Amino acid sequence: MTAVNTHERSVAPACAPGTVRRPRRRGHLSGWIFAGPAAALFALFFAYPLGASLLQSFTTEDAGAVHWVGLDQYQRMLHDPAFIQSLLNTGLILVVQVPVMIGLALVLAALLNQSWLRFRGTWRALHFLPAVTTLVAYAVVFQVLLKTDNGLVNQILGAVGISPVDWLNDPTWARISLILTLTWRWTGYNAVILLAGLQSIGKEQYEAAALDGAGTFTTYTRVILPQLRPVILFCAVTSTIGTLQLFDENYVLTRGGPDNATLTPVVYLYKVGFQQFDFGYAAAIAWVVVALIAAISALQYLAFGRERRR
Amino acid sequence: MSSNPAAVRRLGRFAVRAVLVLGGVVSLLPFLWMATAATHSTADLFHSPPPLLPGGQLLDNLARLQESIGFGRVLFNSLGIAVVHTAVSSLVSAMCGYGLAKYRFRGRGVLLAAVLATMMIPFQVLLVPLFQMMASLGWIDSYQAVILPFLANSFGILLMRQAFVGFTDELIESARIDGCGELRTFYRVVLPCVRPQLGALVTFTFTAAWNSFIWPLLMLNTEDKYTVPVALNTLTGLSRVDYSGLMLGSLLATLPLMALFLLFQRQFVAGLLSGAVKG
Repeated sequence: MTAVNTHERSVAPACAPGTVRRPRRRGHLSGWIFAGPAAALFALFFAYPLGASLLQSFTTEDAGAVHWVGLDQYQRMLHDPAFIQSLLNTGLILVVQVPVMIGLALVLAALLNQSWLRFRGTWRALHFLPAVTTLVAYAVVFQVLLKTDNGLVNQILGAVGISPVDWLNDPTWARISLILTLTWRWTGYNAVILLAGLQSIGKEQYEAAALDGAGTFTTYTRVILPQLRPVILFCAVTSTIGTLQLFDENYVLTRGGPDNATLTPVVYLYKVGFQQFDFGYAAAIAWVVVALIAAISALQYLAFGRERRR
Repeated sequence: MSSNPAAVRRLGRFAVRAVLVLGGVVSLLPFLWMATAATHSTADLFHSPPPLLPGGQLLDNLARLQESIGFGRVLFNSLGIAVVHTAVSSLVSAMCGYGLAKYRFRGRGVLLAAVLATMMIPFQVLLVPLFQMMASLGWIDSYQAVILPFLANSFGILLMRQAFVGFTDELIESARIDGCGELRTFYRVVLPCVRPQLGALVTFTFTAAWNSFIWPLLMLNTEDKYTVPVALNTLTGLSRVDYSGLMLGSLLATLPLMALFLLFQRQFVAGLLSGAVKG
């Protein structure tokens, strides 16, 4: 089959103008020359381990021998306080940090979109800067900023008469620290995405709303926000996926502690898999993360995506 | 109070600027502090009041960082891995995107579906089997183990496919008429025309490779092979943490990305937004 198609090459130049052969009609072989390397890499390093991981989640390893245990690994999670804690921590971030961050990002995007504002590019770059830091490096910087004894944040608080906060060693404050750290890094990033959405909304819409007697606030809530819905949805979905996959920040900041207060499923998966070498259980945890990402993203699409225009 | 619209507007504009300045200070403060801290000794960092101006300990901190973790070597490793990863991955993505956009071949639909699927499935699912795979190949603690598994990048493939779909077939066809082979047409004619998207892809891929943490953490276990994030993580775990060295290391880890961002701001942001527009 490929042999025939490769001969097309010699025919193509003879075509009369107007009947130019569309390149996409060309042979299988040429297509695979371009797509082949990526396809091979996907097969080897994605499809194969994906299947292996699914199988593995139904097994346990005992002294080198692998046993089929059905759904036991999944049932284990139901009675595993550390895993349940990791889900609760993630839920807290999803319910508190993601909405607050997207709200802040919306305000920031609206401010950056003011046409009278000078040096808008510079302002935008300034607020985007946190998203440019190396993931591990910024977690390290926050670890030092939030140090209890004479850390910079506690010193600033002390200057206004607030006693030192035990940021990273107290379970509640550790969660707050993680939320602050994440918000610092990702707010500007989301604001830039939302700003691009805002810029696609024509100026005349603001003017029309103003003519109809709408104030600035009403213009935004009634006219602008509904049109921004797809972009907000995109930010919400990517932030949710990022939260469910959270590893770098809390691993560096607190190692998931104190008392599992900042443990997330992926940090737990890492500990189960690569510190306890319980591969079957780690695989099962990973698949629960996949299922959660799929379920929550689908819910968000159903809840916010329905009235999507275009 | 709205009797004077001009005054209200001036007040509004002042408020907007005030909020932006506040946000800017919050954004910048950790950077400024990181840079300041890198030039002081650890004892000075936690002195009350904290140092606000640069100190004279930069070279001492650098020497200590070099001694404790061989930071020069670590930086070199990170740079090498990120450059090789970016070059190969971008090329593979661009080629695959071109193949998907401009050829109709058997298995094309399956491949496209697979690319979309990899975007939806978090890579953490692959950690355990990939680790075992690398172990059975005897590749633990090698650079190919760090680079190879994540070369195929579905985001990049879709980005490039999008770039090529709108590309005129006439140009490709005329290159063929001139006797150009398929691969040469791609490198000489097609690729130079999508430079902006390629720029976005390269900055995006480099950033991801430079930031990559959990996989190199699993793969590399001798210090002279560490990447920057792995080395920084090791430093935080020591019993007596060298905080000023850590701040200097973080600064050096951030500088390449910041330079990339300042130089290629448009491509950098475009790389991020290309996902958003499609979302």
